[in-house]
Amino acid sequence: MSNAPLLEVRGLNAWYGESHVLHGVDLDIREGETVTLLGRNGAGKTTTLRAIMGILRRREGVIRLRDKDLLALPLHKVAQAGIGYVPEERGIFASLTVAENLTLPPNVSDGGMSIDEIYTLFPNLHERRSSQGTKLSGGEQQMLAIARILRTGAKIILLDEPTEGLAPVIVQRIGDVLIALKERGMTILLVEQNFRFARKVADRFYLMEDGRMVNSFPGHELDARMDELHEVLGV
Amino acid sequence: MAVGTQYLAEQPRLRTTSFVLGGVALAALLAAPFFFYPIFLMSILCFALFACAFNLLIGYVGLLSFGHAAFFGGAAYFTAHAVKVWGWEPLSGILLGAAGAAGMGLIIGFLAIRRQGIYFAMITLALSQMFAFICLQAPFTHGEDGIQGVPRGHLLGIIDLNQPHAMYYLTLAIFLFGLFAIWRIVNSPFGNILKAIRENERRAISLGYRVDRYKLGAFVMSAALAGLAGGTKAIVFQFATLTDVQWQMSGEVILMTLLGGIGTMIGPIVGAGLVIALQNYLASSQFPVTVLIGIIFVICVLLFRRGIVGEILEFMKRKPKGTA
Amino acid sequence: MSTIFGIPTPALYGQILIGLINGSFYAMLSLGLAVIFGLLRVINFTHGAQYMLGAFAAYLLLTYAGISYWPSLVLAPLLVGAVAIVIERFMLRRLYGLDPLYGLLLTFGLALIFEGAFRHWFGAAGKPYAPPAQLTGALNLGFMFMPIYRGWVVAASLFVCLGTWLLIEKTRLGAYLRAATENATLVQAFGVNVPLLLTLTYGLGAALAALAGVLAAPIYQVSPLMGSNLIIVVFAVVVVGGMGSILGAIVTGYVLGVLEGLTKVFYPEASSIVIFVIMAIVLLVRPAGLFGREE
Repeated sequence: MSNAPLLEVRGLNAWYGESHVLHGVDLDIREGETVTLLGRNGAGKTTTLRAIMGILRRREGVIRLRDKDLLALPLHKVAQAGIGYVPEERGIFASLTVAENLTLPPNVSDGGMSIDEIYTLFPNLHERRSSQGTKLSGGEQQMLAIARILRTGAKIILLDEPTEGLAPVIVQRIGDVLIALKERGMTILLVEQNFRFARKVADRFYLMEDGRMVNSFPGHELDARMDELHEVLGV
Repeated sequence: MAVGTQYLAEQPRLRTTSFVLGGVALAALLAAPFFFYPIFLMSILCFALFACAFNLLIGYVGLLSFGHAAFFGGAAYFTAHAVKVWGWEPLSGILLGAAGAAGMGLIIGFLAIRRQGIYFAMITLALSQMFAFICLQAPFTHGEDGIQGVPRGHLLGIIDLNQPHAMYYLTLAIFLFGLFAIWRIVNSPFGNILKAIRENERRAISLGYRVDRYKLGAFVMSAALAGLAGGTKAIVFQFATLTDVQWQMSGEVILMTLLGGIGTMIGPIVGAGLVIALQNYLASSQFPVTVLIGIIFVICVLLFRRGIVGEILEFMKRKPKGTA
Repeated sequence: MSTIFGIPTPALYGQILIGLINGSFYAMLSLGLAVIFGLLRVINFTHGAQYMLGAFAAYLLLTYAGISYWPSLVLAPLLVGAVAIVIERFMLRRLYGLDPLYGLLLTFGLALIFEGAFRHWFGAAGKPYAPPAQLTGALNLGFMFMPIYRGWVVAASLFVCLGTWLLIEKTRLGAYLRAATENATLVQAFGVNVPLLLTLTYGLGAALAALAGVLAAPIYQVSPLMGSNLIIVVFAVVVVGGMGSILGAIVTGYVLGVLEGLTKVFYPEASSIVIFVIMAIVLLVRPAGLFGREE
């Protein structure tokens, strides 16, 4: 693990149409780290992911992957630079089979998992590989959304609320997958409302409020800061 | 217009200006036949009314009809038939044309409003093409020849419309009546609901409006006014032919409105004047008119989607902000 | 001579064959329209003009360069596809994200330009284009004589439709296309060059129309307005089929062509309007179209 950040965000501002939604966001992720963004609904967590990815186009500031400036790149070049995106709504395609969904994203580097490895990690997907993508259960769709990015060899995964709306046993399962990914040295930027889940996987936390970063602290301080967090998040 | 009226209402100085301009325009229209060929002016007035009728739908309800030629050309056939074959008085012939167009509008509109957006455009186009085929085959339309030699007759049995100036002032009166009707529709509570539907159809539905009925109502009114223009044209030119029911004519009225400014009150008039003048000018040259119309379409869509009048209004709206 | 409902059977089969041929063109054109609309959200009014350009390209290649039918079958779609790519890059692209009506109006204007220019240069009259020597003559099928070229057109169009369907349903490029039709932004966020995909799709759709034009050249005469009336019928076909399904567009095209042919036998006066009447009925019964989803 080197000390120079893999992904570096400096003074990121972003706009939805006329409304200014991110105000000077700073963020660092080192290689192999799992970093979690916390914040209330509407604090700007998803927006931060979309702005980094370049889905939200009206941005100012600095977004660098290693030494590569991402801000000027068109959306598909950002993905090709090595950023994988798992959207909140999962984005499983109804007109594609599970296998087609899985192989849809083009490879961006050689380091990705093979199809066999993925099917070993997610046996359900193998079983249902020729079903229509959206016929899967919510949990399976989430697995598929993560799995298809693992295949591409992306250096860093932006993961938006992977546990939202899922049963505890599935959440447990997704937690196991993320831990397995960490052990493989994957870098993850996670947006999560579920503390208990995030605590298991996160090395560091960032706290967002009204489109600004208001605090950051290492994972092991989470318990000590619980009261403060409850106040900010209003949980 | 939605932009225009609100803006004028907020700006008393401009409101006075626009009244003055309206007065000048009216005086110019009254004096025009002494300076230009009346037939040319009447042609512009008919197409201007047609374009305004079309604009009622796209500009205030957001529905693009690609089949308005059916109402314009269909009414021309009805009027021509009533006047020539049945010997009707010309004004009642024109009104019959408008009524017939309204009836067709009811049928075509009822089918077309079942789909939205792009499908609406395709359905109106297909149904008007069907009507064009019927006109080609039906006996009373006389196929490729059309109805020729329609007598202008005497207005209310008194005024001889073979006098060019008499015909001109009747056309002008019908045009002004049509324009007034559109202005009243747009600024009525009914018109406000139409605009609400254009802005956000779902919200209008959730507010409890029977959106389909309002759309159909607007469609029928637009068809009737297009028919008023078409019937008048049949008396002015003394014929009704297939040209007026074909899709090219639907395209032309779209172009006039787009060029002048969709959703502005006078844009379609400006657009109609320009397109007719251009066609007249090119008629004697070698340049193919269709190509020019196509080029204007492309330029309008790519470069100034607000149209000439729309861009001017936008410019005026910005300017005071800058100087204040 | 045998008859069915008082109609001599050879006449009946003859009209069914003509219907099948018209249906072949409806199917190929509505297929291209559906693919373009699915991805670009543009109703391509230029489609009829691109069909005409394909026929004219074959005619001009033969007349001025001595290039025969078979190479034209490849060259004409390539030429028209290349023009379409230029149109997408410099014009259509600027309208993405706006109301789809602007795409319709732009492509309508382009259709007027192409048709007006060709009418100016070549006149409105049709120009004959002889079928290739290998496909002249007729085949005795036992119950009727079938001109070989007509049989070829039906077979070729089935092959083209099936090929396009396989391309879309079974290949990686097709998977990109289907996915991007659902959510183009996400597909681009996975690293697929979606702008390029849009360009290629429009080029492919136009090339398909041009190919239909080359196939049509020996059957209908080559004329500047051959596409403009056809495209309106194809719009009706698309409304009937609904644009949600590729297979639906193909099937609807053939079925409506045959129904139109049958109308010519039993009630000829209505044959030019029957497809529009069917469209009206479908709108009353199933507004979203036979294979469509409510949008």
